Amino acid sequence: MDFGPYLMLATLEGAVTAAVLALTASGLALVFGVMRVVNVAHGEFFMLGSVLAWWVTQMVGDTAAVGFAVALIVVPVLVGVLAAVTDMTVLKRIDYDPERTIVATIGILYILQQVTLMTYGPDARPVSPPFNTRIALPWFEFVDGKIGLYWPWGLSITSYKLAVIGAAGVILIALWLVMTRSKLGLLMRATEQDRDMALAFGIPVERIYAMVFGLGAAMAALAAVLIVPIQQAHYLMGADPLLLSFIVVIIGGLGSFPGTVLAALLIGLSDGIISVFFSPTLAKILATLVVAMVLVFRPQGLFGAKRT
Amino acid sequence: MTKSKTVPATGARPTRRDALKTLALGGAAAATVPLWARYAGAQTSEPIKVGFQVHRTGIGAAYGRWYDRTTSAAAALINEQGGINGRPLEIVSEDDGTDPKRGAEVVEKFATQHNCDIGFGTLFSHVVIGSAPRAGELKLPYFVVSEGHHVASGMLNRYTLQPGITDVKSQVQAMAPFVADNLGKKVTMIFPDFAFGHDHRDYFTAAIEAQGGEVLEHIAIPPTETSFTKYFPKIPRDTEVIYHVMVGPAVLTFVKELGEFFGPQRPEMFGFIDSLEAVDIGSPGLEFLDGTYFWEGNPRYAQDDQSDYDAFFRERVGVDANGASISDPKDVSTYAHMFGCWETLHVVKAGMESAGYQGPKDRAALIEAVEAMTDLPHSNAHPQGAKIFNGKTHQVFGHQYITKVVDGKLLLVHTTSIEDTFYPDEVDYTTQTL
Repeated sequence: MDFGPYLMLATLEGAVTAAVLALTASGLALVFGVMRVVNVAHGEFFMLGSVLAWWVTQMVGDTAAVGFAVALIVVPVLVGVLAAVTDMTVLKRIDYDPERTIVATIGILYILQQVTLMTYGPDARPVSPPFNTRIALPWFEFVDGKIGLYWPWGLSITSYKLAVIGAAGVILIALWLVMTRSKLGLLMRATEQDRDMALAFGIPVERIYAMVFGLGAAMAALAAVLIVPIQQAHYLMGADPLLLSFIVVIIGGLGSFPGTVLAALLIGLSDGIISVFFSPTLAKILATLVVAMVLVFRPQGLFGAKRT
Repeated sequence: MTKSKTVPATGARPTRRDALKTLALGGAAAATVPLWARYAGAQTSEPIKVGFQVHRTGIGAAYGRWYDRTTSAAAALINEQGGINGRPLEIVSEDDGTDPKRGAEVVEKFATQHNCDIGFGTLFSHVVIGSAPRAGELKLPYFVVSEGHHVASGMLNRYTLQPGITDVKSQVQAMAPFVADNLGKKVTMIFPDFAFGHDHRDYFTAAIEAQGGEVLEHIAIPPTETSFTKYFPKIPRDTEVIYHVMVGPAVLTFVKELGEFFGPQRPEMFGFIDSLEAVDIGSPGLEFLDGTYFWEGNPRYAQDDQSDYDAFFRERVGVDANGASISDPKDVSTYAHMFGCWETLHVVKAGMESAGYQGPKDRAALIEAVEAMTDLPHSNAHPQGAKIFNGKTHQVFGHQYITKVVDGKLLLVHTTSIEDTFYPDEVDYTTQTL
């Protein structure tokens, strides 16, 4: 493939990765920002989202579009409620102690993964996309000094992939508005800045914590529902999103929303482009190298404020 | 152990009536003992234990499910026919998570904890390569159903045998003439990046070059990958044939994205059915496969000239004419591979019978008995077709099938001869000590 169309294809593929990653990582960043909880089970909430999406579409059994629409609404709510319950029954009991929450969420990771294996089974199962048209993209070339268009082999995207990119943008803007413009966002930010002071002002901190943990997991589940028609639901699929989300959150600055989104774009696009031109392994190596460099030279991340 | 009784010289001798009573009691007791205890004639009625290393979880799970069903069906059949040397066959299953490290541990459990007579059933080549050395150290006969060339290449040991399924080297060698003659000579290969895929890369490349063709590009993809489009731009423009083989949970995504990449302008395609094992060929997004070709170890769809043996095998395992489970038409089998478990167990039975196998002390005799086998005729024991076993390389050779996708079904278009799959021996395991 020529360089131009090659780069364009890589960018489009990278954009899909980046879109899903931005949603997943912002959930992780939200939980860390407000609660100071490093949620190692985040990837499993992602996995649960796609497995439940398969389950819901099977239950609804109507056309692919109806089943998918129901899943898009029901699944994040289900996962969010489950996460909130986990917060109240596990994390609250150990007083959100940093070390113990890490161990506890590792435990939750294994419980979710193994329960899925025991019930849903070890198979990868597909979910039909609500719509999926292949869109061939043109490229230009100079023939006799004039610009002409042609359709290179393989330069294409599907309408569904475009929709995923669009949907991720809309959801991120909505999350941003909730955080900055709504009362709930205000309470969250107050809790983030000073938990004790917030409590003194009558903010129900425990309920906010449960809500934030649920919202974070719901973001991961939403990303999973969007990606599952492109990939497939499988009980081991949580590992990659977890690793990439951590990379994104560390580069962007723990708890910084704009930093997270920007880092997701950076990692997603570079993953797409480096994978296409070199190898996917090199993409992962470079991403982890960037993390190491950020931790050495700018430990608070690109956008994170220094914490005292 | 029971103590031997002596009849006291002064005691009352048993009357005829007492003797009859005892016999009647004995008869009643015999009628109530479970089935496994009824194998008369054997010196012991202890079951022969086959340690079944099954990929119940991990990336090989779909294969594991069907290997499990086929193995159970074969064991049930063998037991109905009186077991092995008059002893019932017992399958001891252990999940290895499709993981080489766990695989070696499972082999160890078979030998030391479960006291299995043999180990059996491993598919994924990296698990075989990880487990076989331990089986050799423990002197546990290890019957793999893996397709990898690692057995015949001499990489493993005398205790590892592959008598129920052919290896990749012989498969691809038999495919290359068909690809070069019918599809094209400029090939791009897409394969999984581990031992099994490397066998494809090395041996198909050599085989197609021998046919005057060439491989333009090798594209290796990790078997745990979940998205594939990013690999496809490496396919050169002048490719005439795409040769694809993929494994892992995401095979359906792989084939779908291959279709989306090419759109209406696809080149010829030749795939190993591994890319679609356990996947319904009628799944949405796979329509572009119509007119493409597949290697199949055993044709998934019952063909017009289906043999009675294949019909028998399907019925016993519970597979319908479309290669799916009788109880759930959406549960598509790994039909091109799973016959290997059935055939291997029958080889084990024949080997144990000819060796007069009694227990673990006869393990070496079992190996020698299997090494002595040559012709395995097409039969209920070998429903995929006739085979020839090479005792020196521990590898079996057999017919290969090429099918074409026509209206969403795989129709047989070519059957290779067994001779097409031969290559010179690379090892003589019989020179190694037992």
